Amino acid sequence: MQIENTIGVELRGAAKTYRTAGTVVHAVRGIDVSIDRGETVALLGPNGAGKSTTIDMVLGLTTPDAGTVSLLGEPPKKAVAAGRVGAMLQTGALIRDVKVRELLAMMAALHPHPLEVDEALELAGLADIADRRTHKLSGGQAQRVRFAIALVPDPGILILDEPTVGMDVEARRTFWMSVRAFAARGKTVIFATHYLEEADAYADRAVLMSRGRIVADGPTSEIRARVGTRTIRATLPEADVAELASLPGVTSADRRGEEIVLICSDSDAAARALFDAYPCARDVEIASAGLEDAFIELTADPDDSSAEAEQQEVLV
Amino acid sequence: MRSLAYTRFELVRTFRNGRLLGLSLGFPLILFFIIAAPNRGEHNFNGSGISIPLYYMVGLVAFGAMSGLISSGSRIATERTDGWTRQLRITPLKPSAYFLAKAGTGYALAGVTMIVLYASGLSLGVSLGAGRWLEMTGLILVACIPFAVLGIMLGHLLTADAIGPAVGGLVSLLALVSGTWFPLGSHGFLHDVAQFLPSYWLVRASHVSLGGQAWSAGGWIVVAAWTLVLAILARYAYLRDTARV
Repeated sequence: MQIENTIGVELRGAAKTYRTAGTVVHAVRGIDVSIDRGETVALLGPNGAGKSTTIDMVLGLTTPDAGTVSLLGEPPKKAVAAGRVGAMLQTGALIRDVKVRELLAMMAALHPHPLEVDEALELAGLADIADRRTHKLSGGQAQRVRFAIALVPDPGILILDEPTVGMDVEARRTFWMSVRAFAARGKTVIFATHYLEEADAYADRAVLMSRGRIVADGPTSEIRARVGTRTIRATLPEADVAELASLPGVTSADRRGEEIVLICSDSDAAARALFDAYPCARDVEIASAGLEDAFIELTADPDDSSAEAEQQEVLV
Repeated sequence: MRSLAYTRFELVRTFRNGRLLGLSLGFPLILFFIIAAPNRGEHNFNGSGISIPLYYMVGLVAFGAMSGLISSGSRIATERTDGWTRQLRITPLKPSAYFLAKAGTGYALAGVTMIVLYASGLSLGVSLGAGRWLEMTGLILVACIPFAVLGIMLGHLLTADAIGPAVGGLVSLLALVSGTWFPLGSHGFLHDVAQFLPSYWLVRASHVSLGGQAWSAGGWIVVAAWTLVLAILARYAYLRDTARV
């Protein structure tokens, strides 16, 4: 009897190094990720973190130098050949001289068990522009066509590489509703994004990458808590910033006009010390860090120059 | 049928592109009438025993078919820039089906050029027996195979901005050294070198009109060898071409 494999996408020790023009770039430095079937996962990280390389490895467009990648228990190329993968890639332009419906019908015909073309058009919100030529669409419409291309194979795994770039707020909201509706059919969804609020709102889990490594992996609420920093704001015109920074529990201090901002590792100790030293402090606010702060803290360069040296070893 | 779905898609796209069609047909046609119309009475061009309209009809058929097939590379290079090639690579489409679609579209373009030039040749008094027409056309189609493959290979090796000059230069050079514009004679350095080019045998297909044997065994070997080598290189170029452009 065969035991059903519950893993959607798995990377084990996956690493990829590029060599170009005398430099070596370690794009991905051995990452382990396991994503269950039906999970929706956000892949976060600044530019150059290794998100795109990771996605290329998952899609079989790049072969890892070390480690393995599997999709629904198969190597990426096999899963792709079986039509189990749909992807929305970052691309320049749609292919020209075809109607939207013709493009989707052709893509459907390449796959063994596709959606009805009309259903894909409906899901991506393209029903009213199905007979338009692809090169006459607006940026947002073209993006929806790419989404429909990803959906039409009826894939078990849907990969979206920065899917909402170029969409306005309303288009983004509608787009994510469609993604959710599709994910609700038991599909595994992985999306790369720069927009933290998208990860927060639409992913079950976030994988945070920085310089080719995974620096955090878990529910977005957990990642936010992991950083553990809080900020204290207060109106305090006459205090010296250097003195504030040396208070117990404070990691750094900053002044914005009359207001001071303290980044704290222990906000309780810092608040006590602040009131002891500056009884005149008023309008005091203590807040936990947002996902944005967590993102910056977790992906920050600990030491710019050494990290740069590590990233690009110049070949002699 | 999966492979046919993509071939059909490519054909529809290509024949809808009026500018592409107009330019690939226009150039050989204009050249033909400029050169052949004033010399329609010349029946022994440079001692070759071939009339000028026939010589240039076949020469331009060769030139038109060759450039039509190689220019599929330009379209491929643009598709790579647009990310279409990567999108196709994450579908179950097989490399063989992809090559079939691209070569088939190139042949369809080349075929239209050939028909239009044949009609133009007839209008200037070219006359051949049905068997000669068929043999000549058959040989031209065979001699075009390496160029169909070459176009696909270049499309996956060069970028969209580099491929224009590369294809233009290559086609002009091959046309010149293979005897499209004037007979090469039967000896000399150019003649000896040209023997090893598939484009030479493409042009030699015209010699069918003399009633002699158009292709020696060497011709078949040269065309087959180029096809094989280019096919291996093209397949390699296609398979490694998955990076962002």
